[in-house]
Amino acid sequence: METYRDLPQSTYSLQTTESVRTGTWRTFRPIIDTKKCTRCYTCWKFCPDVSIEVREEGEYPRVDYDHCKGCGICANECPTGAIEMVREDSIC
Amino acid sequence: MPRLTLPKDELVSKGHSGCAGCGATLLARLCLKALGPKTIINSPACCWSVVQGVWPRAALKVPVIDHAFECTGAVSSGIRAALDAKGIDDVIVVGWAGDGGTVDIGLQALSGAVDRRTDFIYIMYDNEAYMNTGIQCSGCTPLYAWTNTTPGGKNQEWKQVAKKPIMEMLISNGIAYGATVSIAYPEDLVTKVKKAKTIRGTKFIHALSSCPPGWKIPSSKSVEVARLATQTGIFPLYEYENGAYVLNKDVKTKPVEEYLMSQGRFKHLTPAMIAEVQRRVDEDYAALKAKCKGAGASG
Ligand SMILES: Cc1ncc(C[n+]2csc(CCOP(=O)(O)OP(=O)(O)O)c2C)c(N)n1
Ligand code: SF4
Ligand code: SF4
Ligand SMILES: [Mg+2]
Repeated sequence: METYRDLPQSTYSLQTTESVRTGTWRTFRPIIDTKKCTRCYTCWKFCPDVSIEVREEGEYPRVDYDHCKGCGICANECPTGAIEMVREDSIC
Repeated sequence: MPRLTLPKDELVSKGHSGCAGCGATLLARLCLKALGPKTIINSPACCWSVVQGVWPRAALKVPVIDHAFECTGAVSSGIRAALDAKGIDDVIVVGWAGDGGTVDIGLQALSGAVDRRTDFIYIMYDNEAYMNTGIQCSGCTPLYAWTNTTPGGKNQEWKQVAKKPIMEMLISNGIAYGATVSIAYPEDLVTKVKKAKTIRGTKFIHALSSCPPGWKIPSSKSVEVARLATQTGIFPLYEYENGAYVLNKDVKTKPVEEYLMSQGRFKHLTPAMIAEVQRRVDEDYAALKAKCKGAGASG
C-alpha cells in the first residue's frame, strides 16, 4: 500500500491477529509439569490469550509461547500446581 | 479419558491486544464459544475496540461493526432490521459494550432497543469503570472504589453511591431474558449464553470482567478475584425470565472483606466502610433470594 488511494473503500480486515507475536510481552513463562498434570484442562479454559493448546482430547496441554503473555492465570488456577511461572531471563 | 468441558472452537484469535490477564478478553472467548460463528457483533468505543487489534488485522473471527459510544442499542436494531429485510433468521445479533457505554452513555439507545423488543443479545462486560481512557468512574463503579475521578484524598472522595441497578432497570423496561455471568464460572456462562440464543426478544447479559490495571490486582488473580465476587455475594449468578428469577449458584460463603482487600482500588477502606458494604450486600442478597424460586440446574 503506497497512498490512501490503495486503502479499501470500507475497513474490512484482511487477516487475523495471529501474526502478532504477543509472546514478546512476557516476563514470566508458564511451564507445565506433565508429571503433576491430570489433564483437567482448567488452564485451557481460563487462558485469555488462547495460548494453552489441547489439539486432541486426552493429550497434555501445551503452551503456545509465541502468543502467551505470561499473565499467570493458568498457574494460579491449576488445581494440582502443575504450572510454574519462571522468569524469562533466568532461562538460557 | 480427560474431556474438555467447553466447546473447542475458538472465535477469538491469538495475538489480540488485550492486557495480560484481561477478564474482558477471556469473557469474549467464552461467550463466542457459546454464540458460534453465525454471529454479528457491534461494539462502541471501549477497551474492546482496541483489543480487536490494529487494521488490517482483526482478532474476532466473526463480523464486527464499530460505532460511536452511544449507539449499541440502535445499531443492534439496525442490523436485525437488515437481516429481517433479507430474510436471514439464523444469525445472532450481539451488542457488545463496556459498563460506561451501557449504564451511562448508551443507556437511551439500549432502552430504545428494549422498547422495540429487538431480537438480539446485549452483553455488557463490566469492568466497573471507563478503563480504555484510563480508569474513570462510571455508573457501574462500586461504592467506595478508587478511580482517577474518585481519587479519595483528604476529602475522602471515593465513589459515593452504589452501582446502578441496570438489570432491574432493564427488567422493568421489558427484556425477555436477563442473566449475570462470570469468567470464573465458564460452564454456567456458556449454558446461559446458549439459552439466550434460543429466546426471542431482547436478552441482556451482565458479565463481571476483572481488569488487572484498573482494579490494581496481579494479572494472575483475574479469575480468582472474579470468583471471590460471587463467593462473597457481591456478584451473584442468576437468571431472569418471564417474571421469574433463578439463582444459579448459591455460593455466598465468604465475607466481602476477602474480595475488597484483594484489590488495590479498595485498599483505603476502613473497617466501618467494609461493614457498610457487608450490610448492603447481605441485604441485596437476601432480597434476590426472596425473588428466586430456588437453585437452577444450569452450570
Ligand atoms: C461520546 C464519547 N465520549 C468519550 C469517548 C472516549 N472514550 C472512549 S472509550 C471510553 C471508555 C469506555 O468505558 P467502558 O464503556 O466502561 O468500556 P471499557 O473501556 O471500560 O472497556 C471513553 C470515555 C468517546 N469515544 N466518545
Ligand atoms: S490445569 Fe493443571 S492439571 Fe489441569 S490440565 Fe492444566 S496443567 Fe494439567
Ligand atoms: S500465562 Fe496467561 S497467557 Fe500464558 S498460557 Fe497461562 S493463562 Fe495463557
Ligand atoms: Mg468499563
